[in-house]
Amino acid sequence: MSKVVKNLTDLRDWVDARFPLMQLWNEHVGQYYAPKNFNFWYYFGVLSLVVLVIQIVTGIWLVMNYKPDAEFAFASVEYIMRDVDWGWLIRYMHSTGASFFFIVIYLHMFRGIMYGSYRKPRELIWVLGMCLYLALMAEAFFGYLLPWGQMSYWGAQVIISLFGAIPVVGETLSLWIRGDYVVSDITLNRFFAFHVIALPFAIAGLVLLHILALHHVGSNNPDGIDIKANKDPAGKPLDGIPFHPYYTIKDAPAIVGLLILMSVVIFFAPEMGGYFLEHNNFVPADPLKTPEHIAPVWYFTPFYSILRANTINFFMVPAKLWGVIFMGLGTMAFFLLPWLDRGKVRSIRYRGWIYKTALSIFVVSFLILGYLGLLPPTPGRTAVAQVCTILYFLFFLLMPFYTKWDKTKPVPERVT
Amino acid sequence: MTVDSTDIERRQFLTGTAAVLGGLGAGVAAIPFVSTFQPSERAKAIGAPVEANIDQIEPGQRVTYKWRGKPVWIIRRTEEQLAALEQMRDILADPDSASSVQPEFAENSWRSLNQEYLVLVGICTHLGCSPSFRPLAGDVVMGADSVGGFYCPCHGSKFDLSGRVYAGVPAPTNMDVPPYKFLNESRILIGELAEGEGA
Amino acid sequence: MMVKKVATAILSYILSVSCYAASEVGVPLLDADVDVSNTVSLQRGARLFVNYCVSCHSAEYMRYNRMAEDLGLDPELVKDNLMFASDKIGDTMTIAMRSDDSEQWFGVKPPDLSVIARSKGVNYLYSFLNGFYLDSTRPTGVNNIYYPNTAMPHVLWDLQGFAQKTDDGQIFVPEDSPGDMTVIEYQQATRDLVTFLDYLGEPAKLVRYKIGFWVISFLLVLFVITCLLRREYWRDVH
Repeated sequence: MSKVVKNLTDLRDWVDARFPLMQLWNEHVGQYYAPKNFNFWYYFGVLSLVVLVIQIVTGIWLVMNYKPDAEFAFASVEYIMRDVDWGWLIRYMHSTGASFFFIVIYLHMFRGIMYGSYRKPRELIWVLGMCLYLALMAEAFFGYLLPWGQMSYWGAQVIISLFGAIPVVGETLSLWIRGDYVVSDITLNRFFAFHVIALPFAIAGLVLLHILALHHVGSNNPDGIDIKANKDPAGKPLDGIPFHPYYTIKDAPAIVGLLILMSVVIFFAPEMGGYFLEHNNFVPADPLKTPEHIAPVWYFTPFYSILRANTINFFMVPAKLWGVIFMGLGTMAFFLLPWLDRGKVRSIRYRGWIYKTALSIFVVSFLILGYLGLLPPTPGRTAVAQVCTILYFLFFLLMPFYTKWDKTKPVPERVT
Repeated sequence: MTVDSTDIERRQFLTGTAAVLGGLGAGVAAIPFVSTFQPSERAKAIGAPVEANIDQIEPGQRVTYKWRGKPVWIIRRTEEQLAALEQMRDILADPDSASSVQPEFAENSWRSLNQEYLVLVGICTHLGCSPSFRPLAGDVVMGADSVGGFYCPCHGSKFDLSGRVYAGVPAPTNMDVPPYKFLNESRILIGELAEGEGA
Repeated sequence: MMVKKVATAILSYILSVSCYAASEVGVPLLDADVDVSNTVSLQRGARLFVNYCVSCHSAEYMRYNRMAEDLGLDPELVKDNLMFASDKIGDTMTIAMRSDDSEQWFGVKPPDLSVIARSKGVNYLYSFLNGFYLDSTRPTGVNNIYYPNTAMPHVLWDLQGFAQKTDDGQIFVPEDSPGDMTVIEYQQATRDLVTFLDYLGEPAKLVRYKIGFWVISFLLVLFVITCLLRREYWRDVH
């Protein structure tokens, strides 16, 4: 036994002499000091990494049997579901993983907003994270076309048509994106390339940058205190603990918990009542027949609602274009948070009632918009969506003011 | 951090249990991924046993069927050709098919169920080319005293009319006999043995 | 095993948040109440399916041998009794009818039924099969309350008899035109057929609940162990 250990140590030293193995390990894991007061909300970073790995592995396996060809795509998915040994499991892991990715990412983002994780000096971590979010939305959008069902087809058709709202170049642009007069085999092929090669690379790279930037400045915590301000004589933060073993082990039950929740969906409700796998997507794409009611998958619905809420032409700009503009601004607004927030404290724990109210209203409007996006529009629903859209944007627009006026509580010296 | 209060044994036990269980879980989770590489139901359906008619084959003639993507030959041998099989022993590498692939019933000089009809996977056991059929006695490439056989154009391997490999050629073993059975006098099923037959 | 059954039942109940409560025309649907674990029902459904459906509808992603295996049927029996359109047991359930022919006869191509239960839902299918009534204004002579003006003829009429619609939208079979089955028998037969369609939509359904039970049980054990481990290590942190 000791001989094996010695051999392994020798091997490690051999590598270490030629590659900064231990240095990387220590910097990012072994001697990365994280605040000791992480709570429940701090699990979602590692969980999104776990889901990313699941998506990549299952994705590679799906590509082995999927055919990116309008003629065979739908059939090849059913081939995976039936003829390939265990293909159904891998496909369900991937489809369930897609929705779970957004669940953990939305919670991860909410954590960042709640505890002011985007504040100086972590602006870049936030911006990189937002780039990841956009890349993830693109990845999900491209991937959703691949099963080539009715919802795949008409969803892509609608979203691509949005670009047609842009003045002058719009029509040319959407034609260029499709590469055809309608969504077709050509579109499917290029979406496939983006989904399986381009965006996974971009996402992996951005994840690396996101983590490097985080480890450079150090993690924030629920108190929003800088733990590097209090160090022991050896230079270790007094409120910090090494990431390994404390957080690797603390994350383990959370990862298992996530796997349990995912398994419940994968094995007992893979369609999740039509929200994770839509019923109409079990009908092959038909360019001549739009389904009665098309709704995007749930993770896009807040923005879809904002798009539909724009029904009024104003400033000589047609409502259709406003819809596209506001939908774009709705996703992009998050980028500006580090510079909109003028609060004296980072964490919601020490903010006053104004900020807490503003954030609550924002979250509620976001959820309502998301819910409405799943339903067919009615005049009443559109009115509600319009109110929520306004509230959604007011959260960002008024942030410089209410964060400044808000009465904050004193922040403790050390983490609680 | 106070290490003295730690129960090292308990910690090691829990770490070990978690590692073993986690490893076990990961191992089991890998099974589905490994299994997807097995032939799919479609591949199995395409590779399903093939029925072949033999009543139209003239003595000395060969017909070819496709089974699992490979050529399968059915050759109806003449009396003379069958009679010559026993005299080939000296020039063959594995006359009794001791180290070759075939169902049990074919471990003999005629290598078939019904002596007249030879069923053979038409692939050279050297590097996978399909040998050519040389049925005539005294064929140029097979040799003046031969009663016919198979000759692989890729690397010059020679086989007799039971698919047995000649000594001193690159191919290591006799050509494979696939599993097959007679459905009736005139039809055989390639790819499946009759019940009770050993492989 | 009781625990397993109860857990499965509760989970599937909670999670089967259905969004097909009503048909597209707003008529409330009947409850199909299918149980894919009922092999006998599946076998009866399969027999109805190949006898009545596969002459016009294909199920081109479903293989006969898969059906034989999953439903516990002898492949030779399936070959002799259930395969009318095909001769190899590994074949999928295709049909001989050419699609332009069918389009001429029915106005539309009868859809492939492989995943029909997943796109339409079992309740709709069950309701549809129980929703035919005589209507002389239609070319097929029948109409359907759940899918008005459907192009599909009532192929199960010999079983159900010719139903009629009352003024308040109820379906009944008059005594002078009964089918081979009683009302209850017909409901059971259509339930069997829809059960089969549900299986057909996702053959993996037969195994995935069982596997899921074991996977989740294992993960729960691992969860407890990792929680204990975390508590053990975090005693260091003050």
